[in-house]
Amino acid sequence: MNFAMPDFFPALPEAFVLGMVCLILLVDVFLDESRRDVIYYLSQATLAGALLLTVMTGSGETHITFSGSFVSDLLSEVLKCFVYLVTIGVLLYARPWLKDRDIHKGEFYVLVLFGVLGMMIMISAHSLLTLYLGLELLSLSLYALAAFDRDSGRASEAALKYFVLGAIASCILLYGMSLLYGVTGTLSLVGIGAYLGGLEAQAYGLTLVFALAFVVVGLAFKLGAVPFHSWLPDVYHGAPTATVLFVGSAPKIAAFAIVVRLLVEGLGGLHADWQVMLVMLAVLSLAIGNVVAIAQTNIKRMLAYSTISHVGFLLLGVLAGTADGLAAAMFYAVTYAITAVGGFGMIIFLSRRGFEAENIDDFKGLNERSPWFAFVMLVLVFSMAGVPPTVGFYAKLLVFSAVVDVGMAWLAVVAVVFAIIGAFYYLRIIKLMYFDPPEDTTPLPAAVDLRVALSANGLLVLGLGIFPGTLIALCARALA
Amino acid sequence: MLESNLLSLVIFLPLAGALAVGLAPKNDELVRWIALLSSLLVFAASLPLWFLFDTATHEMQFVERVPWIPAFNIEYAVGVDGISILMVLLTTLITPLCVLCSWRTVGSRVKAFMMALLAMETAMIGVFAALDFILFYVFWEAMLIPMFLIIGVWGGPRRVYAALKFFLYTLLGSLPLLVAILALYFMGGKTFDIQALSAGSYGATAQFWIFWAFFLAFAIKVPMFPFHTWLPDAHVEAPTAGSVILASVLLKMGAYGFLRFSLPMVPDASLAFAPVILGLSLVAIIWGSYMALVQSDLKKLVAYSSVGHMGFVTMGIFVFSAAGIEGAILQMLNHGITTGALFLCVGLIYDRTHSREIADCSGLRAMMPAYVTLLVLFSFSSFGFPGTNTFIGELLILVGAFAQNLWMGAIAIGGVVLSVAYMLWMLQRVIWAEHTRPPGTVFTDLNGRELATLLPLLVLVFWIGLNPAPFLERVQASVQQLVAEISLTGSADVRLLP
Repeated sequence: MNFAMPDFFPALPEAFVLGMVCLILLVDVFLDESRRDVIYYLSQATLAGALLLTVMTGSGETHITFSGSFVSDLLSEVLKCFVYLVTIGVLLYARPWLKDRDIHKGEFYVLVLFGVLGMMIMISAHSLLTLYLGLELLSLSLYALAAFDRDSGRASEAALKYFVLGAIASCILLYGMSLLYGVTGTLSLVGIGAYLGGLEAQAYGLTLVFALAFVVVGLAFKLGAVPFHSWLPDVYHGAPTATVLFVGSAPKIAAFAIVVRLLVEGLGGLHADWQVMLVMLAVLSLAIGNVVAIAQTNIKRMLAYSTISHVGFLLLGVLAGTADGLAAAMFYAVTYAITAVGGFGMIIFLSRRGFEAENIDDFKGLNERSPWFAFVMLVLVFSMAGVPPTVGFYAKLLVFSAVVDVGMAWLAVVAVVFAIIGAFYYLRIIKLMYFDPPEDTTPLPAAVDLRVALSANGLLVLGLGIFPGTLIALCARALA
Repeated sequence: MLESNLLSLVIFLPLAGALAVGLAPKNDELVRWIALLSSLLVFAASLPLWFLFDTATHEMQFVERVPWIPAFNIEYAVGVDGISILMVLLTTLITPLCVLCSWRTVGSRVKAFMMALLAMETAMIGVFAALDFILFYVFWEAMLIPMFLIIGVWGGPRRVYAALKFFLYTLLGSLPLLVAILALYFMGGKTFDIQALSAGSYGATAQFWIFWAFFLAFAIKVPMFPFHTWLPDAHVEAPTAGSVILASVLLKMGAYGFLRFSLPMVPDASLAFAPVILGLSLVAIIWGSYMALVQSDLKKLVAYSSVGHMGFVTMGIFVFSAAGIEGAILQMLNHGITTGALFLCVGLIYDRTHSREIADCSGLRAMMPAYVTLLVLFSFSSFGFPGTNTFIGELLILVGAFAQNLWMGAIAIGGVVLSVAYMLWMLQRVIWAEHTRPPGTVFTDLNGRELATLLPLLVLVFWIGLNPAPFLERVQASVQQLVAEISLTGSADVRLLP
């Protein structure tokens, strides 16, 4: 046995985050209740430090380490950077919310950071084992976060549902992975890819198809694609808003990463098979997500269904299977995470101690209460609806272009039809904000940092919509 | 240097004006003046486009090209030719008038209103000037946002319904357009350049689908029968400035789309399906005029008359002769001027009577002589009285129509007769009919600001009516080129069913 020390350098950001989380756990024990903000600043510093490390150590070249189970390439670097950025936004928005509800505890930050670490490992996974480890680290953190407001019955219920269904999904995924291992005899994604590449077309047996089906189902569960979406609305609805902020944003980027690693890098040889599955998932997600969202009166639940429909759009890019399609899906995932975090941030902006802005009607007359933040919300909502000049338009343009490119224009037409249906419930929010008089005229007490962050978030969505070229080129390069 | 950036200046100056309005202190009077000055500045900046326009060439002029999204070969490319120049100028002319007509009538959230109006202007000019399909689409869609707010925030009692209908209807048309654009992108050698795509030729099946996707988007915007139902709602509920912009500029975009995209890009399909479009145009002419005849609401009357007038425009486009298309383009301008003015007139009377019912606005002859005079002149222009602008436009279109088919021309003439009928009847009621108002009700005649809103349009009515040459000569070269291109095609065999 040759036991060489692995090269730790490519995993430096992961090591840094892990070290910092341990440090934060320790510091938290010795910290007085009144000085909890120290933990917040330490967490933000961790993310900023990880961002710096990733940018500085990143060369854009592919490094594989830990005996082929960990990879650092341009794709992973870019995705990680966006995970940090989005999480920085999450913490910014979450802090005032937690404080107002007297649950501003160090555990929140620790769990979020463990979640980030899990995502980083998912993004850099190069074998089935690493991928599963990262996924579970993220999932366990999210389950705990969902139950974070332990006195809330609804949150506990949501957490339990999330945990049970999530565990089943993990089992299914794991089962698919074990079948894959049985057939190919390797855990390495490259190894699996090579094995499949060596097969004659259609020469593989039923076992492989079974393995694929289980893997796709597991992924669909984690993504929240219909018909494996049932956990999503309940979790969004029940969990604390600060948690939903996190669940609904950064993990979408990581989920995109494992879809690429697993389906494209590992099972690329079976593209024709998983394409059909993804087509069904995408169409169903678009249909159910957009149609059911219309019936919602709770904004968090509505955004949950909106998320489901966005997963459908994202899958369009993936199922095309081309480099352009994957780049489109990546662009979609990143920009959606940025938009979604802003959307949930607006809910926190409207909430205050003793009041949750949970109903769509709470947005009534926002234009009279605060024209600027009504405009920010308008930008975010139109971005979700895909109306230019916001970034959401290019996200949709790119995925449509990807499916038209592979000769599936009909799929683009289907997506377009549901996008029109979806526009209706987005317009309803605009209608409430601008056309209706406010019911609640309490001043909006949000702190300066929240205001600045939300404004920056809105302007980013608008700015990326006017100059999307750089990000599009970056995504294309990462997946070339 | 200035000349090479002139068009961009005209496009983005209104946006700068909107920003200036946004940053201005909370003083409604000041905000109005800033908005007026910036829109006048835009108009002044657009005048060189008229004077420096080279009438001898069909090529794009004032062209600017900057790479925008290199990964997809998307450019910021703008330019104008004979088809778009008049529309750009119409937009820059109409916007200051909209600011003026909202001076007193928009009393709440003045700042936001002016910002929406100016942002709208940028998007509208952008639509007419874009030479890149994605850029065009961005402006085309972005326009919906301010218009949605203008109708929904400052509109009438059913504003929410009208605004949602307007937005969703337009979106229904534009998203299939997006898919068609993408299909063209892949068939046309991965470019979004409108001129390059116009030069390409595409197979019969592709042309079939692309034509109908274009048709849906543009027919809704025109609006053609049977896609016109959003129009009366949007017009009636929108504030005066919103109605004027809708009628003068937004409706032109559908016709512009047919001219700029359908005819050059899918000429075989356009030829094959022309009978369908011509038929729908005739229905629109008769149906729109007929509906106008029975309206008791002034704004609805003008809205339905728009459906009829735009029917003339689409008919002119799809007879494929130089006369027809030149007439159509001139008629687009004319309709923008005349119908815009009529909506302004309706708005003025609404400010006084607070009703748009013809019965409530009757018998104005004695109280408002100046207003009545202008209303008569614009109404005569609307039904094409010789000497006014619409006469020239409709004449050219009818020449084109008669040259192709006697019956088509005859039916269209019937529409003209109907339009004379509803306009004269409306005038009779508004001006001479006995009114039932309590005695002592006094309406003041037009003040200086209101006259200033209408007089520029009146000048244009007679200028085009008596001397259309300067307008037609700017259009001619591009139209002849377009007609020549269409008559050269015929390679692809497009059938009614793919």
